[in-house]
Amino acid sequence: MSQARQDMKQDNYEAVIGLEVHVQLATATKIFSISSAAFGAEPNAHTDPVCLGLPGALPVLNREAVDAAVRLGLSVGSHIRPRCRFARKHYFYPDLPKGFQISQYDEPLCEGGVVSFRLDGQARQVRLTRIHMEDDAGKNIHDPSGVSFVDYNRAGVPLCEIVSEPDMRSADEAAEFVRAIRTLVRYLGISDGNMEEGSLRCDANVSIRPRGESKLGTKAELKNINSFKNVRDAIEHEIARQKTLLARGEVVVQETRLWDPDRGISASMRSKEQAHDYRYFPEPDLPPVAVDEAWLARAKAALPELPEARHARYAGLGLSAQDGTVLVSERQIGDYFDAALAVAPAYPKKIANWLINEVLGRVEDPRKLSGRDVPVPPAALAELVELVEKGTLSGKLGKEVFGRMWQERRRAGEIVAAESVSLVSDTAVIEDACKRVVERSPDEVARFRGGNAKLMGFFVGNVMKETGGKANPKIVNEILRKLLGS
Amino acid sequence: MVPDVRGASLTALAEGVAAGKWKSRDLVETYLDRIGRLDPKLGCFLLVDHEGARRAADAVDRKIAAGEAVGPLGGVPIGLKDIYVTRGIETTAGSKILKGFIPPYESTASGRLAAAGAISLGKINMDEFAMGSSNENSAFHPVHNPWDLERVPGGSSGGSAAAVAASLCAGTLGTDTGGSIRQPASLCGVVGVKPTYGRVSRYGVIAFASSLDHPGPFGRTVEDAAALLEVIAGHDPMDSTSIPQPVGRYRQASKAGLAGMRVGVPREYFGAGMAPEVEAAVRAALDEIGRAGANLVPVSLPHTEYAIATYYLICTAEASSNLARYDGVRYGHRTAEAGTLEELYAKTRGEGFGAEPKRRIVLGTYVLRAGYYEAYYGKALRVRRLIADDFEAAFEKCDVLVTPTSPTPAFKLGERAADPLQMYLADIYTVAPPLAGVPALSQCCGFTGAGLPIGLQTIGPPLGEEAVFRIAGAYEARTEWHKRLPKDPA
Repeated sequence: MSQARQDMKQDNYEAVIGLEVHVQLATATKIFSISSAAFGAEPNAHTDPVCLGLPGALPVLNREAVDAAVRLGLSVGSHIRPRCRFARKHYFYPDLPKGFQISQYDEPLCEGGVVSFRLDGQARQVRLTRIHMEDDAGKNIHDPSGVSFVDYNRAGVPLCEIVSEPDMRSADEAAEFVRAIRTLVRYLGISDGNMEEGSLRCDANVSIRPRGESKLGTKAELKNINSFKNVRDAIEHEIARQKTLLARGEVVVQETRLWDPDRGISASMRSKEQAHDYRYFPEPDLPPVAVDEAWLARAKAALPELPEARHARYAGLGLSAQDGTVLVSERQIGDYFDAALAVAPAYPKKIANWLINEVLGRVEDPRKLSGRDVPVPPAALAELVELVEKGTLSGKLGKEVFGRMWQERRRAGEIVAAESVSLVSDTAVIEDACKRVVERSPDEVARFRGGNAKLMGFFVGNVMKETGGKANPKIVNEILRKLLGS
Repeated sequence: MVPDVRGASLTALAEGVAAGKWKSRDLVETYLDRIGRLDPKLGCFLLVDHEGARRAADAVDRKIAAGEAVGPLGGVPIGLKDIYVTRGIETTAGSKILKGFIPPYESTASGRLAAAGAISLGKINMDEFAMGSSNENSAFHPVHNPWDLERVPGGSSGGSAAAVAASLCAGTLGTDTGGSIRQPASLCGVVGVKPTYGRVSRYGVIAFASSLDHPGPFGRTVEDAAALLEVIAGHDPMDSTSIPQPVGRYRQASKAGLAGMRVGVPREYFGAGMAPEVEAAVRAALDEIGRAGANLVPVSLPHTEYAIATYYLICTAEASSNLARYDGVRYGHRTAEAGTLEELYAKTRGEGFGAEPKRRIVLGTYVLRAGYYEAYYGKALRVRRLIADDFEAAFEKCDVLVTPTSPTPAFKLGERAADPLQMYLADIYTVAPPLAGVPALSQCCGFTGAGLPIGLQTIGPPLGEEAVFRIAGAYEARTEWHKRLPKDPA
């Protein structure tokens, strides 16, 4: 048996994964021209001479895009170069109007940096090589009749390409890395991070090597990975494919492979020999970009609290790691939580529970929690939590009230006051009810006094029935114990 | 009243329109008549916009009648090298690959001319994508030099120079990348100006070599060229390499005289290969400039000998990139039949481009290929810096440089067409200024025994257009060369 085969059998291989993540920046206009950068218009509605590559048209850099990229770089601790430059990257394709992409090559905007996230509860850090800016290409549309069309709405939409070091060791970790980037860009408000609409895209470089080996194996580059599930599936598949090759005594060849999500396999797109020569050279139509200290200071001041810092803060409030993870998964959830907490600072855990179980269960897209349309705004939830915690409402009643708040867009206090749904805390009323229950249940009283403590539930339940569920359970318990003499 | 437009100056014609001495419409008809009669023998125009010109002229005349202002070039007929993109009017850059391309937008420079009241008579012939020094590389037809129809007008803005020389327009726009305004100005005996890089917007000027392309004017007189430049120059937010500084007063400078100016004479520009008649005329012009009150200073630009090699590395690299967009997908020529995408590109580009763009695309692709960038493009950029440093050092000793424009007068059609290298050497005195981005002007300083114009080049420091216009204007005021006109072709 060959060494490779033995290694294989014992799963003595580890995967080495590096990712290139493309993030579309949600700027008003394109990176080099005045057309809207919005998604979803009629084909070619968002075009102009520049993004169509008409003869004589020239790019003008959108400062808003640079600012977004600067904030992204700052949020991961990249070095922001005081001077960066665009370069032309040449290849022919119908969706590429100029015959070259305006990208960055030897002088990218951001160098280095680290993306932090958690994988199965463990803190993970993936180093970044660089983040650079470029313009997106259009989209080819192939009609079933055999005719092809090109939609240039996407051409010129600003992109940040985030290049990681080969720091990831599993498909799950890669998927979490991409998720962390999505969360980050959404926190920063610089992108929708929507993989389905293509505002977040990913290529993966995958190789395997015997455990303990420090040299990298031959890598394959996977393209067309367009969902979190695809990130995981494509990389899993590639790791398995490479292991099989080695097990058969074959070698991995350096190539670019195209992932087919429908069939769950990848196919070779081009070999190393067929790789494009992009003929990079500095873009002569754009002067170098200077990001000075004042710009950096402004961008830093505008950074929001980032997910990892927020998670740590929530842990300090006594929230579990899982709850913290949910709360920081979108900026708007944490914002909602913080706003509610400001009203009812004594109950962080309770607010988290209500938010996670009741609010999030009722919203389709948690990012809409920041809007005015949320039926139960943070302060209203805080009010409800206080009513429950102070005993005005039981947990059960509270949930009922929450349901009505959501539906009727009314405050908890309003519902409670108008419809006397609050708990009965009047001892006399409760005592009457308790007495009635005790009087008509002599058998149960005897058995309880004989030591069957479980029967307390029977008495409480009956008292609640008597009071229409509105008796304060704490007081019910106290009075029952007194009457039953336990 | 209709003036004799043959030899007329643009500024004089504009003053006449503004003063109500003649109508713009009459000027337009006179020029259109000349174009109709003479251009079949000269080949200056690719497209004559009769109706557009008449409409625009009538609009100017109506404004004058109503007492409204019409702009500094109000009612004056001009022509645009077909590299300026014009809204709704076919623009080809002299190439079959753009045949039928109707731009949906207007170049900044032509838009500014129109806003200043100038009337465009149409689109002017040129070497394909501005690649050439004889206008023989036009995909459509050559241009003949008005001084001798068997000779070339120079290039690539050969049509623009010849149209002014033959009085088919009162002024024109061209572009200069390695000499494409100054060399044809020299060969046709008119004034041509390549301003500082970034002084005139490149927006809407079809790119040949982006870091070297300079839009600029042709005029019959120095003041005419100054008047055109004052209109087209100035910052343009649509061109990121455009300079924000205010525009100088070029017309005023052209009349300011040159007393006390220091004129550098670079020894490298008087070397072997120059025709004796050219050298004699240029030396005589230098004497005249000295007599007018300038101090002549010998200077040196030691890296001049590397300028042509540097220029061809950079311009081919950039051209190979700029011409990548002509792929038959969105506009212009598309091959009739293609089975695959690869074939669509290969056949479209194979059919659409002429020999010279193909040659430069291949050279530029070679220059930029992976692993060779440093050896070619990178090194060329460093030498370019040295060439710019040469100028900077020279301008510490003088205000302008005066040199010949072209080592020879106009050569015969076909004479150099078979030898691209010989053709490239025609640019020997003109390639360095665009590499350094400094302004330069060519004007007539004499004629050969055979009656061919000889050009004198004045080079200024960055944004030193006013100094250049002072020298050129003062020299013109003391000489009669600019008054000599070619005979109308029979």
